[in-house]
Amino acid sequence: MIPRSFEYFSPRTLDEAVSLLQKLGPEAKILSGGQSLIPMMKLRLASPPYIIDINHIPGLNYISELNGSLRIGALARESDLEVSPAVTSRFPILVDTTSVIADPLVRNQATVCGNLAHGDPANDHPATMLALGASLVAVGPTGEREIPVESFFTGLFTTALQPDEILKEIRVPAQAPSSGGAYLKLERKVGDYATAGVAVQITLNDAGVCRRAGIGLTNVGFSPLKAKKAEAFLAGKALDQSTIKQAAELAAGESQPIDDIRGSADYKRDLVRVLTTRALTRAFERAKGGA
Amino acid sequence: MAKIGIKVKVNGVERAAEVEPRLLLVHFLRENLRLTGTHIGCDTSHCGACTVVLDGKAIKSCTIFAVQANGREILTVEGLEQDGKLHALQEGFFQEHGLQCGYCTPGMLMTGYAFLKSNSNPTEGEIRHAISGNLCRCTGYVNIVKAYQNAAAKLREGGA
Repeated sequence: MIPRSFEYFSPRTLDEAVSLLQKLGPEAKILSGGQSLIPMMKLRLASPPYIIDINHIPGLNYISELNGSLRIGALARESDLEVSPAVTSRFPILVDTTSVIADPLVRNQATVCGNLAHGDPANDHPATMLALGASLVAVGPTGEREIPVESFFTGLFTTALQPDEILKEIRVPAQAPSSGGAYLKLERKVGDYATAGVAVQITLNDAGVCRRAGIGLTNVGFSPLKAKKAEAFLAGKALDQSTIKQAAELAAGESQPIDDIRGSADYKRDLVRVLTTRALTRAFERAKGGA
Repeated sequence: MAKIGIKVKVNGVERAAEVEPRLLLVHFLRENLRLTGTHIGCDTSHCGACTVVLDGKAIKSCTIFAVQANGREILTVEGLEQDGKLHALQEGFFQEHGLQCGYCTPGMLMTGYAFLKSNSNPTEGEIRHAISGNLCRCTGYVNIVKAYQNAAAKLREGGA
């Protein structure tokens, strides 16, 4: 399969890339990992006349820690998450997430920022970033702005990024002591999108009571969902079995799945309940200091 | 659409070409360079038959444009054999019968090449995870896993 012809640009700075976006207009597309964009171009689901390849811009391939918070640059690859000591030691939920995205070969190319900027509710990092309370740094003609992830996903394949903006960095806030998270996904086979996926990040207080809970849902709505009722319900509660069960039922109620080849809406809603139960249990174990 | 000049090192040899931006790397390798060892399988980023090693990492060459490889280094299956001697992985696939029809084999070899460089003594589980983006419809993977183990052992002993 051969994509339609396009004009190719390879800027050397972010400023140059933004200027190109301004000049070429909303039909120009940014190419980072290309693992979603190129398949769409080959299937001719997308035929952008201009491609702006940001891979030659130096200084964007990083995963760094700053006072416990994590910064993930636009060109950090999925496979970089799996080997970053900052990620593996402090953010196991990100390792859970990247390890179920596509396959190892795709992860060598695919970028974490691209997984968000694509705006696909079937992608996995959106739910995880919603659970973690991340913010996203966009760079445009007037400079940088920070967008909370809760207001980033505005609809199917639509984000808060303006046509002349580029997602430059993900900022994951430092997690308080006694925090833990987990991401669980059911996929029919390696490389498939989630039938459903659930991300949970919690923080406990000294008495082991849940202080804060973040819950994100994958592929059970037209955009990535934040299970706000379940989050609010968990705050201030001890995570016993009955609390976890009720939170999971709330999260299932907040999901908005549709019938498709991966299953019926009812099945997926129940899957959200089961995965939330398991993810909360694992997050709780990790918050207490277990694996 | 205007062609773009690229320079790529393929199996140790510098290659220069003028290519259309939409030319996929796999087509560049097979049609421009006539390196047909790299296969096109599904053409949809699933099967891994087109796997090559780009700057040390195994990637799917059907899901990257040739222009993106400009200034970089590529290893294809043709580059594994050195001085008439098969690479330990090729030996491993031969000895353990790691193929039947052979269509997935170039991809399996290139994934293995990059993988064994980062993990010289993998468990069966690690091997199966590493090849989860390479589909084989003949072997059931059992002999491919054995071939990787065979090659890993040889490489640890400093052979090939």
